[in-house]
Amino acid sequence: MPDPESASPLTVTDLACRRGGRLVFAALSFRLAAGRALLVTGPNGAGKSSLLKLLAGLLAPAGGTLERPGHIAYLGHDNALKAVLSVEENLRFWAGLSGGAAVEDRLARALDVTGLAALADVPARLLSAGQKRRAGLARVLASGAPLWLLDEPTVGLDTASIDRLGPAFSAHLEGGGMIVATSHVPLPLGAPEQLAMGGR
Amino acid sequence: MLRLLTRELRLAWVERSGGAIALIFFLIVVSLFPFAVGPQPQVLARIAAGVVWVAALLACLLSLERLFQPDAEDGTLEQLVTHGLSFEAIATAKIIAHWLTTALPLLLLTPLAAILLNAPAASWGLLAAGLALGTPALSAIGGVAAALTVGLRRGGILISLLVLPLAVPTLIFGVGLLDPLAGVAALKWLAATTLVALSVSPFAAAAGLRAALE
Repeated sequence: MPDPESASPLTVTDLACRRGGRLVFAALSFRLAAGRALLVTGPNGAGKSSLLKLLAGLLAPAGGTLERPGHIAYLGHDNALKAVLSVEENLRFWAGLSGGAAVEDRLARALDVTGLAALADVPARLLSAGQKRRAGLARVLASGAPLWLLDEPTVGLDTASIDRLGPAFSAHLEGGGMIVATSHVPLPLGAPEQLAMGGR
Repeated sequence: MLRLLTRELRLAWVERSGGAIALIFFLIVVSLFPFAVGPQPQVLARIAAGVVWVAALLACLLSLERLFQPDAEDGTLEQLVTHGLSFEAIATAKIIAHWLTTALPLLLLTPLAAILLNAPAASWGLLAAGLALGTPALSAIGGVAAALTVGLRRGGILISLLVLPLAVPTLIFGVGLLDPLAGVAALKWLAATTLVALSVSPFAAAAGLRAALE
């Protein structure tokens, strides 16, 4: 789990997002302290995914400023799995890129929490949609990053898999980590702060 | 970047059917010419270098559409960026991987192609040297075209339209290497063309990838 000292809090000031010439949202401000989770809610098209992409550095803000830890883990709609590589090979590549100490430990624990340990040698193309999503989550769990950005993390997951995430989420938060998640279904995040985004 | 390159090579090895297709395509194109222009040995020997170059150019195009497209579709590109890799590093690793997995095997098949076309044995060395020096430019130009067309439907055709005109200088100097009157000058020009392509392409391809994420 990340070192609390290194987890500088997340500060968003007057953030605006423009995509394809259309203003998705503007004047968005919030702060997230270390050890806290933020649940972003809102109707389809409200800009939840765009907000996460901005936080992940995948989009440039149209205005405003954004302070965040340098090391983040982002789970988008796609799980970034290569079909021909095994689950473990897929995850090991990303964990290696994330760097840091104890890559093997983090990897083993992530496989364990997501219930993929038994499927570690299976090529990713043979996984079901829910298992692929779990592999995507395992990548985040194994990253060692202080800030997790999760875009609809539980799509396709069964309730048992969602429940197993609870302890992993709270361990991350207790270690001083932060989570920003979007979801239409309840997530096992304890009592997260809420950000409701309006549609336009 | 080295990790990405290693993984690209591993992926290419696991999915080696893609690379094999380019090689088979290369040999088929080369072997079509004796049927088309007739089997006279002198005629074939005369056109051999040009045919091998054009076939290699076309074979290089085949795998370009899949250079960035799968990564953009399955979220790998987003992840590489959030893991701190610059677009330039991603583009460079991909271009090197394309050369190693497509152009290098073609290079190794050149003697076979030369035999098929009755090229004089003395010219094989120059032909291979020209390809070795020129194909990095093809991978670089191709990488730019592939990055610019990520996310477009029918991107493959557009890639061909972008790459083929830009590959003309490489083709001219690559074949020119075999002309006894132009030899050294052609070698220098070929090297210069490749250097320009290699130095510009990571930045141009990076711009294309950046736009693809928008």
